[in-house]
Amino acid sequence: MSRLQRAVEPHDWARGPASAPATLLEYADFECPFCGRAFHELKRLERGLRDRIRFVFRHFPLAQMHPHAMLAAEAAEAAGAQGKFWEMHDTLFTHQNALETPALLAYARELELDVRIFSRDLNERRYQTKVRRDFLEGVRSGVNGTPTMFINGTRWDGPYTAEALLRGMRGDPSMIVEPMTGFPWSGDA
Amino acid sequence: MVTIADPPPASGVLSHGLPEGSRAPELDVPAAPDGERTLLADYRGSPLVLIFYPGDFTPVCTGELGLYNELLPDLEGLGAKVVAISCDSLWCHCAYAKELNLRIELLSDFHPKGALSRRYEVYRDDIGTSERALYVIDGEGFIFWREVSPIEINPGAAGVLDALERLAGREVKVASVLPQTSHAQPEDRR
Repeated sequence: MSRLQRAVEPHDWARGPASAPATLLEYADFECPFCGRAFHELKRLERGLRDRIRFVFRHFPLAQMHPHAMLAAEAAEAAGAQGKFWEMHDTLFTHQNALETPALLAYARELELDVRIFSRDLNERRYQTKVRRDFLEGVRSGVNGTPTMFINGTRWDGPYTAEALLRGMRGDPSMIVEPMTGFPWSGDA
Repeated sequence: MVTIADPPPASGVLSHGLPEGSRAPELDVPAAPDGERTLLADYRGSPLVLIFYPGDFTPVCTGELGLYNELLPDLEGLGAKVVAISCDSLWCHCAYAKELNLRIELLSDFHPKGALSRRYEVYRDDIGTSERALYVIDGEGFIFWREVSPIEINPGAAGVLDALERLAGREVKVASVLPQTSHAQPEDRR
């Protein structure tokens, strides 16, 4: 049973009250199709639970497998520096097939960011170290792929449908681990 | 009437590998289709990570090797070399490495099948593949750390990272990533 090695800190990207009974922390990659699916499940969960859950996001780009993942992660950070991390997070997960630089700049414009600063941040790779630090910390916490979720600090090895995650949060011991199926490169097939 | 028995479940751990502190057996397997063979002596002086995995193109292995591939600059930063071994042929390895953009060297334990896995006591006779096993071998050729995980579980890399840090006597630094070819261009640049 893997435990989160670094607790949630103020500089983490978090949404929802810190006093919420459940904290769901996700390590994810913006280009990973499984993360894209999980994104919609987490939205469902959030609609159902509202302020009874807090979401925390950390980066885990598998950049060798997903060539746009690193810059997308940096784009989310650059948007975060201008107060719109979650807006960019949602945009990236709903546009996983368009993560090239021009697309990232277009999203920045749509979100009414200062595109000059955003673009400079990407050019200078200003947030790359932060993203890589998330990645390495994730490895130490037992993150072995994406997405990996932690429920109140314990790694969740079950499916990541809203229903399954809800059962995990309730500590249902009858939850069984569903074997992973499909191939990471086959998209939503 | 002939009935075909169900294959044994490909799960759990049957072989637990060689103990820590023992001398690492010779590798002596082909590394490239030109017949060149890889020996333990090729890595003398550096910690060596051996990743035994059941098969190319299978989902769990793909996640595992993808992770190590991503982590390679950090492991190399600790002075380590990384190789991965399965019973697939070199030609299969070539296709797999291309598909996943793998930089980790893949060794083929194809012929005689599983000989290397047997030497490391991680061959699964029931399913004809290697166990999902990790070894860290020190620069002198002794087994420093090992872990055998159930076939269906991606073990991650926390244990390997910890072992290499203990061997190196220092923590991994955040490695800088190779620059990408595509850069954002300020739209108002004239």
